[in-house]
Amino acid sequence: MIRALKAATIILAAISCAMVATVEAKDKVKVGFIGPLTGGVSANGLGGRNSVDLAVRLRNADPKSKYEYELVVLDDECKPNVAVQVATKMAAERDIIAAATHYCSSTAIATVDVYHKFGLPVVVWGAVLPDITYRNKYPEIHRVNGTMINQNETNAELVTKLGYKTFAVIYDTTDYGKGHKEYFSAALAKTGGKIVGAFGVGADQQDFTAELTQIKALNPEVIYFGGLTPIGVRIRAQMDKLGIKAVFDGTSGIVSDAYIQGLGPLAEGTLAFREGAPVEKLPGGKFFMERYTVQKYDNPPEAYGAFAYAAMDLILDSIEKVGPDRRKVIDDLANIRNRDSIIGKITFDDHGQNTVSVITKYIVQDGKWVVWEDSEYASGKRKLPRQK
Amino acid sequence: MDAGLLAQYVMNGLMVGMMYALVAVGFTLFFGVLDIIQFAHGDVLTVGAFTALLTFVGLHSAGRGSAAVLLAMIIVAIFAMAALGMLIARYLVLPLRTAPALNTLLITLMLGTVLRESVRLFYPQGANPKPFPALLPSNSVSLGNFNLRLDNAILLTAGALMIAGVEFLLNRTKLGLAIRAVAQDQETARTMGINFVAIVLIAFAIGSGLAAFAGIMNGLYYNEINFGMGLYLGIIGFAAAIIGGLGSIYGAILGGFLFAALQTLGTVALPFASAYKDVFAFAVVIIFMAWRPTGLLQEKISERV
Repeated sequence: MIRALKAATIILAAISCAMVATVEAKDKVKVGFIGPLTGGVSANGLGGRNSVDLAVRLRNADPKSKYEYELVVLDDECKPNVAVQVATKMAAERDIIAAATHYCSSTAIATVDVYHKFGLPVVVWGAVLPDITYRNKYPEIHRVNGTMINQNETNAELVTKLGYKTFAVIYDTTDYGKGHKEYFSAALAKTGGKIVGAFGVGADQQDFTAELTQIKALNPEVIYFGGLTPIGVRIRAQMDKLGIKAVFDGTSGIVSDAYIQGLGPLAEGTLAFREGAPVEKLPGGKFFMERYTVQKYDNPPEAYGAFAYAAMDLILDSIEKVGPDRRKVIDDLANIRNRDSIIGKITFDDHGQNTVSVITKYIVQDGKWVVWEDSEYASGKRKLPRQK
Repeated sequence: MDAGLLAQYVMNGLMVGMMYALVAVGFTLFFGVLDIIQFAHGDVLTVGAFTALLTFVGLHSAGRGSAAVLLAMIIVAIFAMAALGMLIARYLVLPLRTAPALNTLLITLMLGTVLRESVRLFYPQGANPKPFPALLPSNSVSLGNFNLRLDNAILLTAGALMIAGVEFLLNRTKLGLAIRAVAQDQETARTMGINFVAIVLIAFAIGSGLAAFAGIMNGLYYNEINFGMGLYLGIIGFAAAIIGGLGSIYGAILGGFLFAALQTLGTVALPFASAYKDVFAFAVVIIFMAWRPTGLLQEKISERV
């Protein structure tokens, strides 16, 4: 009798467990994120990772979603050799259906072949080198942020309009910096500015006094910098040490809180350009920032967090629609036209590039990145160095 | 090239050379005393710089005047790193002295990575470069193309005084005599009653203290420190110590300034490829080594046959 009772209890417990399990079981789907979580640009990588994590959390909290998503995060350290390793690891793992990848252009361009070989659909969220989507026509590669071509055209236009004629170019010798130099030089040639000297520097170089001394002798009105925040901070600080009076004109690589924190008052009057618009002005900006703040992440989303969120959202939408199959997701992503997202409408062209052409001009004013049109420099209340 | 420009280049070279020389002296001291390469030396420099920054943050919130704060930072960093150097010697290097020298090199290399990553992980937002306070007066006088800054002049003088101090210590004091004795012949020195372990610890303390000073100099010069600064300086300091001749203090100083001169020459001579100045400098170092394998100022070693 007791044995029968014991057996019955066990069977009942097993059945109820199974029932509970089936009721709660949504298929688990893995998605990936790759970004620079360590090193000089880690602030942007961590912001991107948090934003992607937010997208996955919100989707998992949504009762209407068909799958339960698990985020796999890998660190590319903003180094191409490491990036290829982690990309291969992620792409070779068949469970990972799609990924939001790369802030650094040097890493993104190094890994396009890996993703193509393994057939992993990726959406780039921060790298701006045009070659990433335009060098090959790989169906796997997509990008939600714009490229540096438009950025540099807007840059050349503004500085020429402000009356500057002589420029020195400092660029880092990765594909990112070289790309910026190429497109800025081309854009400047069209508007008639003169480049008095171009200097390539290492991506983690410490001492720029030698290059800057030469630049001082050449006496340009503007120093254009094609590179990322860590060396941007150093160059600007050493410019001041050598007594160089010129405008510091940068790219999306220095639009970050880390740039202002690194320089303090020296950051004042730095120009920079970025595709898209500041988070507050994005269509879904308020929504994104509210949800982001609730999660209490250690790091802010930084400049490209919203793009990372949008990239992951696209991926999750795709998987919801066609299921966890890489091939089907690739086909679905190819057909994205006028899709709504927090960064505005997304349309992928035949190379997977989002045809966003909005470029925002920024200037550092009183310790903050301010949109140029809203700044006192545009209205004339403040003047940039050597402005006529 | 006008005089002002040349003067600016010379100044830049001297500043950078001074920092390399300070690191190189440390390497040479360690090699001289124990015949080992202490590869964590560059990262001890980083930890020293961050210790100084922490001291500043601590004192700043207490609100003190700037000269006293700077002095406090220097003292705290130097003593802390001297202690760290002694710990490394006592627990990592001395136990391994009977093992092949390669083992010590490897273990200190690994320790270096541990130190570097600890700074990155445990210092708040350690992965980002950190602004270092500008505590020296920044008045400058412009002589044509040459911008002479007071803080650079002070740093240069302080560095020179430190090196002169170490040279004085080594050549004109009893302690220095003991260190040189141990460096020359460990066995005989012990027979003469010199406390070997104590001398090794002191040598490590001096070298690491110098590294801390170099770290602060670096921070004051660039107004920035980051967790990777020691790696680069360590490699160059090591190369400089080798060119100059491992075991010779003067050689280390010479090597440091020589390397800085090569880097500056590289930038000036190859303006289109200034990113390759390190390639140029190291290539010349390789050629030097082929010409003089034991360095420019060889240690005088005589072996009884």
